[in-house]
Amino acid sequence: MTLLEVKNLGISFGGLRAVDGLNMSIEKGALVGLIGPNGAGKTTVFNLLTGMYLPSGGSIKLEGTELVGKSPARISQEGVARTFQNIRLFSQMTVMDNVKAALHNKIKYNLAASFLHTPEYRRKEREMNERAREILQVFELEQYVDYKASNLPYGKQRKLEIARALATDPKLLLLDEPAAGMNPNETAELMETIELIREKFGVTILLIEHDMKLVGGICEYLYVLNFGTELAHGLPEEVLNDPQVITAYLGE
Amino acid sequence: MALITSILEQLLNGLRIGSVYALIALGYTMVYGIAKMINFAHGDIIMVGAYALYVYVSLLKLPPVLAVILTIITCSVIGITIEKVAYKPLRKAQPLAVLITAIGVSYLLQNLSLLIFKATPIPFGSIIKVPSVKLAGLNISGLTIVTLVVTVAVMVGLTLFINRTRMGHAMLAVSEDKGAAELMGINVNRTISVTFAIGSALAAVAGILYISQYETLLPTLGALPGIKAFVAAVLGGIGSIPGAMFGGIILGIIESMSKAYISTQLSDAIVFSVLVVVLLVKPSGILGKLKAEKV
Amino acid sequence: MKKYGKQILYMVIAVGAYAAVMLLVNMGLLSRQMTSLIIPVCMNIILAVSLCLVVGFLGELSLGHAAFMSIGAYSGALVLKSGLPVVVSLPLAVLVGGCCAAVLGFVVGIPVLRLKGDYLAIVTLAFGEIIKSVFNAATPITGGAGGMKKIPAVTTYKNFTFVYILMLLVILLVSYLVNSRHGRAICAIRDNYIAAETIGIKVSRFKTMAFVISAFMAGMGGVIYAGNIGILKPVNFDYNTSIEILVMVVLGGMGNITGSIIAALLLTVLPEMLRGLSNYRMLVYAVVLIAMMLFNNSPMKRILVEKKNMRQAAKIQ
Repeated sequence: MTLLEVKNLGISFGGLRAVDGLNMSIEKGALVGLIGPNGAGKTTVFNLLTGMYLPSGGSIKLEGTELVGKSPARISQEGVARTFQNIRLFSQMTVMDNVKAALHNKIKYNLAASFLHTPEYRRKEREMNERAREILQVFELEQYVDYKASNLPYGKQRKLEIARALATDPKLLLLDEPAAGMNPNETAELMETIELIREKFGVTILLIEHDMKLVGGICEYLYVLNFGTELAHGLPEEVLNDPQVITAYLGE
Repeated sequence: MALITSILEQLLNGLRIGSVYALIALGYTMVYGIAKMINFAHGDIIMVGAYALYVYVSLLKLPPVLAVILTIITCSVIGITIEKVAYKPLRKAQPLAVLITAIGVSYLLQNLSLLIFKATPIPFGSIIKVPSVKLAGLNISGLTIVTLVVTVAVMVGLTLFINRTRMGHAMLAVSEDKGAAELMGINVNRTISVTFAIGSALAAVAGILYISQYETLLPTLGALPGIKAFVAAVLGGIGSIPGAMFGGIILGIIESMSKAYISTQLSDAIVFSVLVVVLLVKPSGILGKLKAEKV
Repeated sequence: MKKYGKQILYMVIAVGAYAAVMLLVNMGLLSRQMTSLIIPVCMNIILAVSLCLVVGFLGELSLGHAAFMSIGAYSGALVLKSGLPVVVSLPLAVLVGGCCAAVLGFVVGIPVLRLKGDYLAIVTLAFGEIIKSVFNAATPITGGAGGMKKIPAVTTYKNFTFVYILMLLVILLVSYLVNSRHGRAICAIRDNYIAAETIGIKVSRFKTMAFVISAFMAGMGGVIYAGNIGILKPVNFDYNTSIEILVMVVLGGMGNITGSIIAALLLTVLPEMLRGLSNYRMLVYAVVLIAMMLFNNSPMKRILVEKKNMRQAAKIQ
């Protein structure tokens, strides 16, 4: 069953076609890689998928629901979550509150309950704490719950960002270079975590990555982008041996 | 006929006060372009300029030309000092912290002059003594002529400086991309200092012209023209030099027209409403471009 | 259990402070000067805590807090002057003042949706100036620059209990709010509005919410001011008043409610006790603002924070 269906998606910035005529189809439960040389428009695709940019044409359908024209907050509620290339945590808030903030639309109570800390507030907060702990445990962050997010080491900040995205209970998780700035050990550990969260949370993952080992190791399917257009797509072993792809990466 | 004369007179008034706003707005815009901060204390440099002129002319009895030069130097030095002491340590800080510091500096300048010169307004006659000119039934005061001439000269000079000199190019480079400019061997710290010096010098000139119109010294005299000039800078598009000039003149004309034909009491309210409307309709201002945050 | 201990402590402080003030006043141990400060302290705490919500938790600089206060003061004063018995008129005035200020907060909230940072600060300042001009011009209702006179003195120290409860309510509501789903959304916007959007937080809605709540509370503070001072002039609500409240929030350590309360208390009482140095008061405020910001961003502060982190890390291992 198809989860995400992107058709003829395009956007231009002052004459530059950053993404042009992109088609993508992602099966439910898949782990798909989006690769391409620097400036190929990978992050722009993420910004389009999450509603941060309004495309100049095309459609994005998540389980048949059109996402184009919806606000980022709305798209989050439809079930798309993401991380950022340059980590964007709520730096002054605790690790726990970062995750709880993301439970915003999952566990709800009204403003009066917030003001008065009613029994409903207490019940829902307890529920939030349990859920947040569950998620943090997957990333082995449970002993850091009271840390300010900005005080975490770099690798753990990346993990926390994924944990926060997962807290919105997404159908589709977009990871923007999750291994950036990590050493080989951390990367290997991250690969395991990514596979684990796919199973545990039943989420479909699309990830941008430069690290070919990570991409080849865990992705089941790849899309290659170059100059905003699709260069190739297919199984990793096919795509990574495609002469066109090799040329795009390494030059003539 | 009388109506036309009156409108023309108001237009001239607007041009005169608008020129002063434009000079101040240039300082806001240049500093914003380069340091990416709103120098809240900029308006108070006008006040410093006015008091400095008073000290040099009335207390030290220096000849006017020398007094004007010394006033400009004083303001530039204070501008550079403020940047070095208060703003430079905060270059990587949160924008909120920088803004609060700038407000603090503004407050500091006002209250220092309150301590030194007391709260009682000091009358201070204009040092500009140029006879007025009669043109087609229109009486153009000497002050108006001097203000317009000085403003045009300053603007031409500034444009030439930015487009023709090495330092001017360095300023443009730093305003585009501080990091890249540094890699190209541009001394960013010096460029920022020069920007503050020029901005403050322009504020000094504005202060001299302003005090020659109002002829009364008060520690808070810079606050209102400062805020209005900021409105002018935003109106024209902050970061844009032609925008600041244009915005200043437009604002001056709006103000004098609303004072003459709507209500003196509400003229400030009208000026600020213009700001709110402009920001709502086109947050980047008339000639400015807004940079979207990179995700 | 530790959590409850803290709540009990706060309760003891709240009751203790009330008892202490009542005792001192009734035994006549306070000088007239000190007695006259009781209500201003409560009022400034209300104003500082409400501003803290916008500056400290939403992370946006509002330079027009005095404007919200003035709307509350004028509209509340009209109710107070209506001749109703105090038991009715005072709570009604507080409610009306708060609501009028909240409406203005909503109006200011509209540009807030589109602006942030420097621009937003300037717009709040502009709004403050516009409101002041309007009050100056609307002489038939407000008395113009001469002031609105003869407002019944209903919030003097004799009505301390009412004002104190109102103050506690403001403190409680704000501290409860920031520890809730809505408060977390507000703080998330402060820390990273882009990330906040992508986890489904409607940024504009929560920004407006923070502004409206803060304005409502500032409006109530304004009513207390009106009933305390008896005469309202537009100049009392200028930029300087907004800055004074801002200093309390900054000195209290932005985003720290307890800090804001202590700062409001100190900055209300100290200037009166140091009357001789009153000329230097504003100067000191200016220096405090600059010094706090420089210190918060200095290497020294970083070292202190790192030390604290090390201790925390040691505790975990």
